[in-house]
Amino acid sequence: MSSSAGSPAGWVRLGTLAAAAALAVSACGATSGGGGSTLKPPPTADMKPLSAIGAGEGALNLIAWEGYVDPTWKDQFQKDTGCVVNAKYAGSSDEMVTLMANGGGGQWDMVSASGDADLRLIYGGDVRPMNPALIPDFANFQPYFQNPPYNTIGGVHYGISLQWGPNTLLYNKKKFPNAPTSWNVIYDPANKGLVTVPDNPIQIADAALYLSKTQPSLGIKDPYELTQKQFDAAVALLKQQRPLVKKYWALASDEISLFENGDAMVGAAWPYQTNTLVADGKVQVADTIPSEGATGWGDTWMLATNAPHPNCAYLWTKWVSTPKVQAQQAISFGETPVNTKACAEMEALQAGSCAQYHADAPGSYFQSIKFWKTPIATCDDGSTDCIPYAQWQTAWTSITA
Amino acid sequence: MRGAVRIQALLWRVPWLRAWLLLTPPLAWFVLVYLAALVLLLVTAFWTIDTFTTQIVQVWNLDNFRTIFTEPAYRRIIGRTVTMAVLVTVTDALLAFPFAYYMARVASRRTQTLLFAAVLLPLWASYLARVYAWILILNHDGVLNWSLQSIGLPPANIGYTNVAMWVVFSYIWLPFMIIPVYAAMERVPESLLEAAADLGARRWRAVRDVVLPLALPGIAAGSIFTFSLTLGDFITPILVGGAGSSFIGNVVYSSVGIANNVPFAAALAMIPVAIMAVYLLGAKRLGAFEAL
Repeated sequence: MSSSAGSPAGWVRLGTLAAAAALAVSACGATSGGGGSTLKPPPTADMKPLSAIGAGEGALNLIAWEGYVDPTWKDQFQKDTGCVVNAKYAGSSDEMVTLMANGGGGQWDMVSASGDADLRLIYGGDVRPMNPALIPDFANFQPYFQNPPYNTIGGVHYGISLQWGPNTLLYNKKKFPNAPTSWNVIYDPANKGLVTVPDNPIQIADAALYLSKTQPSLGIKDPYELTQKQFDAAVALLKQQRPLVKKYWALASDEISLFENGDAMVGAAWPYQTNTLVADGKVQVADTIPSEGATGWGDTWMLATNAPHPNCAYLWTKWVSTPKVQAQQAISFGETPVNTKACAEMEALQAGSCAQYHADAPGSYFQSIKFWKTPIATCDDGSTDCIPYAQWQTAWTSITA
Repeated sequence: MRGAVRIQALLWRVPWLRAWLLLTPPLAWFVLVYLAALVLLLVTAFWTIDTFTTQIVQVWNLDNFRTIFTEPAYRRIIGRTVTMAVLVTVTDALLAFPFAYYMARVASRRTQTLLFAAVLLPLWASYLARVYAWILILNHDGVLNWSLQSIGLPPANIGYTNVAMWVVFSYIWLPFMIIPVYAAMERVPESLLEAAADLGARRWRAVRDVVLPLALPGIAAGSIFTFSLTLGDFITPILVGGAGSSFIGNVVYSSVGIANNVPFAAALAMIPVAIMAVYLLGAKRLGAFEAL
């Protein structure tokens, strides 16, 4: 936490988000086309990815979410390739971005970034294109995750998708005997003092998603691309929500203890919290994806621009994409593999887990989940009046203050 | 050889030169590294960022300060931070005075040592461990509510509120108040109390008219710690605060780490600097620096 608070980090990082938005400015004069193609390509777009994986360099330095470099699959990888894995765990997407920007000199090889960090890393020039042809299992990925908009730009892959999960509605079964069917329970004054939501500016997208269904007149199509009017409506909703909130949680473990201590009864969560709470068995909880749909995260292993061990990095990506490792990670963390072949492996590890985590979901399922991506000024239609992430953060401060 | 002797002689004869030579390296370090960084910070505060690109625009203006003073959210945060710092300081002073008095003037030598160890012992445990321990005490199913209910009282439910922050801060910074107050009280000469007794003052009168005025510099010194430590903290608000518990430090942290808005963070960071400057002037008047 304090590692990203240091002001040197802030100084060096002046480039990341700035670069993304700066490019958006330069798109101002360009004629607007579809699909955000008016954005100037990222700084590393012309870097040639590897065309073949060579011998491992003997080491691999990773920035990862806790639990993503588990001995269950790390040890075998080290034995097979001789690449010794050194992992640093980051606590937030913002910390990952800061670490990568500071390690641009070549300290880190890869980062397991979530969608809300990806565009900042890509337009900040901190990560470089990868060659999916070197990852045999890439062909078995759910089509959506072969080139999701958060890590693939103009057909260039800035990383290989890993796992994903929805942001679910978690509730205490004693307090809510019938499963809530709408996100309105976290905006309902009846639940004053019982609600917990993540302390993360990207939470504004959850409010926008809810408004896109409950107030269609606002015309919200994409919760990450909001005009000023739509943005103000989402912020107003969250300001109304504030008196209901017991605590804005920063770490998954905070939310778990809030539920276990009876301080919170309903809130936005990840499947990880549900699994942990169910396993602990202290309180009766369940989660659901309400009728409005949900936001979600998709994580990607991205290759640092100056990675000192690129061959080990590719070997690692290849390894974590295999069905067995995908299944192991999915079950240990409580998320969903992108490799469709992982379903059978999941069933072998834990019967029923494939369906439980929607690993067998049809393509249409992904339409109900709006995956995190960094909000930038350029909207999907090429216009530049969307609200960029910096303003999301400012607004979040005024909401939670 | 002869030159060295001459320099030695010169240094011996001109004491201020010796002092200068000794002090210059640390002073230079202080001025260059610390003060220069502070000045740089101050300067950035008067710049701004392009809200569209988040790049620093080096145009002199007061926009950041205008935002801080006109936006209700920031006034609320500053008000909350300062109020909490004052409350914690007052609480700690009230708690520390009788404790330090007992330690310095009543307890036997042996008890004194034990109490001193008891005051310092919590400082051995990590700050985080102590805060987490308080979370266990204060939360909904915690020790506090459990104890209250077992004696038939309604639960307090102060977990994740500003009251919880007040309790935790007061606990965490208490040793920093007790020690200077204790030091000040120990320096009160026994003869003064004997004189007071000779003149007919009872114990309470002596405490009020002799000990308290002489301990005041110690309280002022301790208050510098409790006030500034609370003012600058941002971890306790994250851990024990509820909704609406952000401190100045939390906003500075997120302005730099998330929004990339260094000028705004700098402007906001100037607020505690200014508050502390005023506070230290006041503390100096009360003689806090003689008691340190």
